[in-house]
Amino acid sequence: MIDSKFLFLSFLIASVATLGSLFFSEVMDFVPCNMCWYQRIFMYPLVLIFLMGILYPDDKVFKYAMPIVMVGLIFSIYHNLLMFGIIPEAAVPCTNGIPCSTKYISWFGFITIPFLSFLAYISIFILMILGRKKN
Amino acid sequence: MQNKSLVIVSILVLLGLFIGGGMYYKNLQTQKSIALAKEKALLFERPYSVVVGNKDAKVQLVEFFDPACETCALFHPYVKAILEKYDGDVKLVLRYAPFHENSIHAVKMLLGAKEQGMFMEVLDFMFATQNYWVQHHVVKPKILWQMLGQIKGLDMNKLSEFMKDESKNYIIKQDLEDAKTLDVTKTPGYIVNGKPLQTFGLDNLIELIESEL
Repeated sequence: MIDSKFLFLSFLIASVATLGSLFFSEVMDFVPCNMCWYQRIFMYPLVLIFLMGILYPDDKVFKYAMPIVMVGLIFSIYHNLLMFGIIPEAAVPCTNGIPCSTKYISWFGFITIPFLSFLAYISIFILMILGRKKN
Repeated sequence: MQNKSLVIVSILVLLGLFIGGGMYYKNLQTQKSIALAKEKALLFERPYSVVVGNKDAKVQLVEFFDPACETCALFHPYVKAILEKYDGDVKLVLRYAPFHENSIHAVKMLLGAKEQGMFMEVLDFMFATQNYWVQHHVVKPKILWQMLGQIKGLDMNKLSEFMKDESKNYIIKQDLEDAKTLDVTKTPGYIVNGKPLQTFGLDNLIELIESEL
């Protein structure tokens, strides 16, 4: 069981991340790299899972959402390590199309799209842990 | 129940932001590309440029010329014939490219003649008498000046004043700059609707113009 306020906040973050990523690709015409696609795959369903959890509360949201959040979080951590050059360029698994170290935006020098993705995943992760209620 | 309406409102707000932001961004991009296209169009035709023929013509023939260039003089009547043949469909934009030594003075005289509404008369005269005032590819401004006195209707006093005035010199500078940007290194340099004449020749020029008609 997750506290409804925490669940609602998680829902908002997932929605903003989803619409934001769609804005980057569909409106601003940034081509998403492979790594971005994996993070999208695990972010988009969270919107619907959290929405159902809010509208029809039960005690299983944590169980269903957490694995998805964890996988997405791991991808986003890996992507950020690539972006900040901690994992060398040669180790980048995606060679076709757009390299995953391409920086489309760079606000204040460190806020990149993968960084925003990481922020979304880590805050959802923390909110879910904090909001978890023992029956 | 209050929960549910809050969820619905927040979904609507987020979707509204997404669609509104998207429209705003696209609009901004369109305006930017329009501004860019205008700036690019200015490269070929500046507001001060001499335009011969219908200003709204389908085909824009840009000619970078030097009054001291022999080939420009040779092509001059042919270009005029093209304008006559496709009257209304082709316009000629004349841009200055004084590449010959001292040619800049001849261009300045042309600019002065334009002020008096005598541009074409003086240009025709310059091309016709080129042999006399261009010697070994160097313009002799004094000889040209004396010869210009023969043109009826050209006020030499006014022209003399104009020659001292530097306020119109930016035109020559800008045209030379645009020639450089457009990679025009030889005269006459022809550009038809933004497409440069690849292989120089009268037939090729006519072909290029006809392909745009």
